[in-house]
Amino acid sequence: MKLFECEAKRILKQFGIAFPDGELAHTVEEAGAVAGRIGKPVVVKAQVLVSGRGKAGGVLFADNVAEAKNIAAKLIGSKIKDAMVHTLLVEEKIDIAQQMYTSIAIDRQRQTYVVLASLSGGVNIEEVAKTSPEKIVRHIVDFEKGFDEAEAKKLVRSLDIPAADRDMLSSILSTLYKAIISYDAELVELNPLVKLPSGAYVAADARMIIDDNALFRHVEFKDRVEDRIDDTPREAEARKLGLAYVDLNGDIGIIGNGAGLTMATVDVVNIMGGKPTNFLDIGGGAKVDVIRDAVTLVMSKPGVKAVLVNILGGITRCDIVAQGVIAGMNASSEKKPVAVRMVGTNEEEGNRMLREVGITAYANMEEAIARVITL
Amino acid sequence: MSIIVGDNTKVIVHGITGNEGMFHTQAMLRYGTKIVAGVTPGKGGQNVNGVPVYNSAADAVAQHGANTSIIFVPARFARDAALDAMNAGIKVLVIITEHVPQKDTIELVAIANRTGCVIIGPNCPGIMNPSTKTHIGIMPTHIFHPGNIGIISRSGTLTYEISHDITQSGMGQSTCVGIGGDPIIGLNYVRVLELFKNDTETGAVVLIGEIGGNAEEMAAQYIKDTHYPKPVIAYIAGRQAPSEKQMGHAGAIIMGDSGSATSKIKAFEKAGIPVAEKPSDIPRLFKGKI
Repeated sequence: MKLFECEAKRILKQFGIAFPDGELAHTVEEAGAVAGRIGKPVVVKAQVLVSGRGKAGGVLFADNVAEAKNIAAKLIGSKIKDAMVHTLLVEEKIDIAQQMYTSIAIDRQRQTYVVLASLSGGVNIEEVAKTSPEKIVRHIVDFEKGFDEAEAKKLVRSLDIPAADRDMLSSILSTLYKAIISYDAELVELNPLVKLPSGAYVAADARMIIDDNALFRHVEFKDRVEDRIDDTPREAEARKLGLAYVDLNGDIGIIGNGAGLTMATVDVVNIMGGKPTNFLDIGGGAKVDVIRDAVTLVMSKPGVKAVLVNILGGITRCDIVAQGVIAGMNASSEKKPVAVRMVGTNEEEGNRMLREVGITAYANMEEAIARVITL
Repeated sequence: MSIIVGDNTKVIVHGITGNEGMFHTQAMLRYGTKIVAGVTPGKGGQNVNGVPVYNSAADAVAQHGANTSIIFVPARFARDAALDAMNAGIKVLVIITEHVPQKDTIELVAIANRTGCVIIGPNCPGIMNPSTKTHIGIMPTHIFHPGNIGIISRSGTLTYEISHDITQSGMGQSTCVGIGGDPIIGLNYVRVLELFKNDTETGAVVLIGEIGGNAEEMAAQYIKDTHYPKPVIAYIAGRQAPSEKQMGHAGAIIMGDSGSATSKIKAFEKAGIPVAEKPSDIPRLFKGKI
């Protein structure tokens, strides 16, 4: 679960990370009031979960209250890269002596957390990673040992900055590690981490992603409705139904069990000349109502010509799939032709049930695909 | 010979009193797997399908000399079950459970690496060796047939699809390892490839991958660097999938351009490994090679 900048900052503040003075605003008046209280030039930042927010016009500067209100009027209710702006973060504009990059993330290949730091922070950090990777120092965390300030000091030793700054940076990095561990996060990132002319450090931007699988430990997110701006309406509906669904651009509906097999089905339909309109994985051991919902969801998509159901039953039972497919067809107002491929657990019973409604299930995936393309 | 499991495997089932644990214990027993005990804290002394239940893995190991565990417990208890197994000296741990928090897996993998335990999974279909009738997992056993093709896969049902095609074409499987679909997993492609290299039962390997992460790219690099001595065929699912959502800048810094089907296919082709376009192409690609 991606957190908004303001949420990440609120959490990291509790751990002692410093941020510019600022507050949230939901209306033009609130934005003006915050700017007035700060009494200095401010930055007005749209709270949206898109990358490249600044370049897309979601981060704007104001020298006074009137300007801040104008910007707020422009941003609230507008869209930044398809994401509706509801909330603004109004913060004091800070003077930058130096921009750094710090983050901790999960590294799949190393099977642990990796700590990254660079003196070349800012929006072009990915470019730095490609062209001058030596400018980013990294540490692979030994989970059983952890990552404390002493470890962090070893990491920043090679950075060309005064000793006092190295101490500051190592304190921030070890704090980020405490935060990623206690919040079960996949990522915490401060970019840029700004050194002010006074020598103090504040983080101008912050990002956090919480591991969805660990949300049961973090009840504070329980009622948070996840705003996935990249979802299409049908994807959002599928998410509510608990289905793994992705929209594609063709006209053949695809339902499979298991992400790998379903992706392979989409690929093979395409190779054989068909155009898949979606990816829908019913998961393992699906029950009748899940399969029914899957069938009605796909059949109701405008422009769908036919639907392919591809099941290799291990923990998924073919008789349950047959019941679900029949229930889904009965519940659909727009009935589309269906081709079913089904092998595995309780295959005979499933085939018999489908035959009763006039559907012959195939045992071979490519035969079923060849069939659905002709429907 | 087989890898990781075999004739000496004696299995404990964690969560044997739950629906799933009970169902799959029966299926594994029917296939021939030596399941010696079950563990459910608080339910010691019970009996499930003739398998005695204990409160802890330590009791089960002491009574039956078990060396392998399979975990079916819900995600929030998976860490405790795995720690219980490793504390009891279990050396092969198959975690079937989906949705285990990544931090828990990171911790378990760190302990396993230090103590010499092999973790398969989480979120995996398990491991199967048809020649010794050993299946520790949730696979449909009837589609497998003893043979010389080793299979490593991140995906469950796609493994069954490809194993089915291999069996139908008159060949068979040596050991089939479902390493799991989570970002953090124990055993990875490279370690399984290393084991297959020295396994006399395995004459060739199918590596089944999918989009996301860079494990396939690392495996391709390993095959290239070590002049891997056995034929390998790769299959990558997700050619038509929209590109992966990025994880902040850190994701891009750690992963570079890896992750897409194109990147993975290119990596295998650079290593001289044929990449099957469709699952059904795999048996044909092995013809004349083994």
